[in-house]
Amino acid sequence: MDYSLVVAIELLREVAGLILIATGLAIVFGMMRVINIAHGEFIMLGGYTVVLTTKQGVNIWIAILILAPLVVGIFGVVVERLIIRHLYGRIIDSLLATWGLSLFLIGFITVVFGNTVEGVTTPFAAVAIGQYRVSIYTLFLIFAAMAVIASVYLTLRHTKAGLIARATMQNPDMVETLGINSKLVYMATFGVGAAFAGLAGGLLAPISGVVPSMGALLIGKAFITVVTGGTAVVAGTLAASSILGSISQSVTFMFGPVFGDATLLFVALILLRLLPQGITGRIFTRSV
Amino acid sequence: MSEQILLATSDLSMRFGGVVAVDQVDFAVKTGELRCLIGPNGAGKSTFFKCLTGQLKPTAGSVLFAGQELSGQTTHDIVRLGIGIKTQVPNLFDGLAARENIALSARRSNNQKRTEEITDEMLELIAITGLANREVGHLAHGERQLVELAMVLAGRPRLVLLDEPAAGMTADERGRLAEVLRQLAGDMSLIVVEHDMQFIRDIATEITVLHRGRVFIEGDVAAIMAHTEVQEIYLGKEANGAA
Amino acid sequence: MLRNLPKDWLGAGFVVVLGLAILIFVPVYFDLFEVLQMTKYVVLALFVLSLAYIWGFGGILSFGQAGFFGLGGYIFAVSSINMGQTTLPFLIAIGLCVVFAAALGYFMFYGRLNDVYLGVVTLVVTLILYKLINHTAGPEYIIGTARLGGFNGIPSIPIMTLPWQPDQEMEPAQMFQYFMAILIVVYVLLHILIKSKFGRVAISIRENEVRSSLLGYDVRLYKLCIFMIGGAIGGGAGAMWASYQTFVDPNIFSLEWSAKCLIWVIAGGVGTLIGPIIGVIALEYLSFQLGQTDFINNLIVLGTILILVVLLMPKGLFPTFRDIFLKLWRRGGGQGGGQGDGGRLG
Repeated sequence: MDYSLVVAIELLREVAGLILIATGLAIVFGMMRVINIAHGEFIMLGGYTVVLTTKQGVNIWIAILILAPLVVGIFGVVVERLIIRHLYGRIIDSLLATWGLSLFLIGFITVVFGNTVEGVTTPFAAVAIGQYRVSIYTLFLIFAAMAVIASVYLTLRHTKAGLIARATMQNPDMVETLGINSKLVYMATFGVGAAFAGLAGGLLAPISGVVPSMGALLIGKAFITVVTGGTAVVAGTLAASSILGSISQSVTFMFGPVFGDATLLFVALILLRLLPQGITGRIFTRSV
Repeated sequence: MSEQILLATSDLSMRFGGVVAVDQVDFAVKTGELRCLIGPNGAGKSTFFKCLTGQLKPTAGSVLFAGQELSGQTTHDIVRLGIGIKTQVPNLFDGLAARENIALSARRSNNQKRTEEITDEMLELIAITGLANREVGHLAHGERQLVELAMVLAGRPRLVLLDEPAAGMTADERGRLAEVLRQLAGDMSLIVVEHDMQFIRDIATEITVLHRGRVFIEGDVAAIMAHTEVQEIYLGKEANGAA
Repeated sequence: MLRNLPKDWLGAGFVVVLGLAILIFVPVYFDLFEVLQMTKYVVLALFVLSLAYIWGFGGILSFGQAGFFGLGGYIFAVSSINMGQTTLPFLIAIGLCVVFAAALGYFMFYGRLNDVYLGVVTLVVTLILYKLINHTAGPEYIIGTARLGGFNGIPSIPIMTLPWQPDQEMEPAQMFQYFMAILIVVYVLLHILIKSKFGRVAISIRENEVRSSLLGYDVRLYKLCIFMIGGAIGGGAGAMWASYQTFVDPNIFSLEWSAKCLIWVIAGGVGTLIGPIIGVIALEYLSFQLGQTDFINNLIVLGTILILVVLLMPKGLFPTFRDIFLKLWRRGGGQGGGQGDGGRLG
């Protein structure tokens, strides 16, 4: 019984991790059809924000929950203005330019911070479940992921801003005739996507440490989750993360992380073969 | 003109979830016949068309073309059987010249030399020789439609399916198109889905009217056009409706 | 199209003559180290051709050409270590890569995968290969006499011999000339293929898949064949790479290699064969020079170049310069434009 609970928590943690790293990318891809390869580096920047600010004595919660998303969100807006806005509708070009941005950021951060792993201490202790110990931070992560997904859903579905965002993505010319500045909406949406990436980086910093190349490791999983999920931001990310995360983590338990990762990729392959437009391209096509 | 049936659908149906877009349609076209398919919006014309081209797989019923079952086959196999398809939205190779577009169609079953002959023939037939070397992406909508027609004909089909071929054309182009279609009928069969009544009057002899996925009525042009019920389904009134 | 023919052949002819000149004169005028460097560029040029062809002339954007590159390398390594010769292993590497491409291609194209999703699948497969091979470090992972080595890689890969001299390893100059000859032959063959009926149909598929199938062409089959050709070239390049380095490790399957291949093609220009070759040589040379100074600048410079190329020269370096050149030439000669432009080569 205890073991099952621990296993369940670990599965949820993996799912939560995928949700966190994929949400920002899903917002940008699902709504704007922009493939931001630098998303991994945005996550990395969030991590480094936390490392830097906590070293200066800032409270870790403020660093993770406020500063990381804020800093990276603003950076995202700058990137949108300088690069992304020229590339709407050009999927391949956006992919390449953001790849260039990714390389640039990795190089830049390596020059500034060096190549070693920086750590942040986990703010929570562990709790005992039977004879096993589970970090409370893990539970916090799961909670954070749920909060992220819930907030995105509620914003898109139930707020005016969310409605405007969805309308703009569907038909930018139309919303202009309603007096909405579609360019501003694009800018804000990209910024929000970046902010979520920053948040993910901040949340993951205490667990995995921060290193310039961490983005490269995460972008693959994030990208695959988003593409498998399909175009619906919330439903797609949730569905893909749940399926991919739980299956791969189960395999990791039984055979180790290498097979777990390989399984994640395999399952994604099979899903894409069966549902070439992603999960929500076929099922739940009208969901958010 | 032989009286043989070239294409026949029997009990053809297409459902999308709860919506029945095509409802047990029995439809037949003879060799050398030119048939127009008309009907108000939502009648199921496009869906029916796509069942013939292989772009949709019918949920029930069959489509026989010269004895061969078409439903369930891929589009390219259907085309290889001798059916030419002109889609509603022009589908062309925008980066290539008109001549190259047509040549690609002819090249599938001809050698290089014969391809060039056929290409020249088609350019003349549709009277677009002046456009031959222009990049298709730069042409006006009506011109693109004509190039597409030439492409389709270059494949020497026995049956040509055309979905709104006159859309977006100038009066001149429409006239040219009507002339070509009239010329072709007899040598090949044509099924034309159209909205433009004037155009239909120019080309058609036989008309099939679809309404709510079913065949409403069939007959010759004059009779159909004068038919009060046909006018009413277009205007949305009931058959015994008020003025 | 037919009127352009002489111009395109002229361009290709020029490239071939240049290639032959390089083949003959480089070993004479350059020292050993430089010849070795250039051999590397030749192999990478072949690697980049595999993507340049399937993308530029078939519309298949594969993020995983590194997969074939790596497979070719590993298969060559294992076979040559086991068999004690290099000619047959070279062919085996190419052959098995074609088989793998056939299987993967069938999975993708007959499953109706398109654009981005296709790219993702190719990427995912390459990543799977990376993870699996990386894991094979233990002594139980052995094929015949060749240990797979996991993250350590496979060392001591035999240097290639000329097919008609199986007992004599090639000297660097010979290897350069042999590889250069292969590059020229592949370039010419691709050129011929592109101009053939098969090639014309492939380009039409790139332009408009729907219309191609509406003309009766089986799009899935064409894409499958194109993908297999790309696999063969990529695999061959991988085998050559393994022999050149005498070493291969799982990094060959990494995201970095896939990314570089893509970047080289884009910088050089999608839709040409010679452009990406120039692209890879230019960028690799640049990286090498930068590597002499501070290796971090490498990424910053590469990244900046990529961003600038995409924003300022969306068609790629080579086509942009070529267009500028042609514009100036036309202005001098006073001719008009507006001709059809079906898949120019150069």
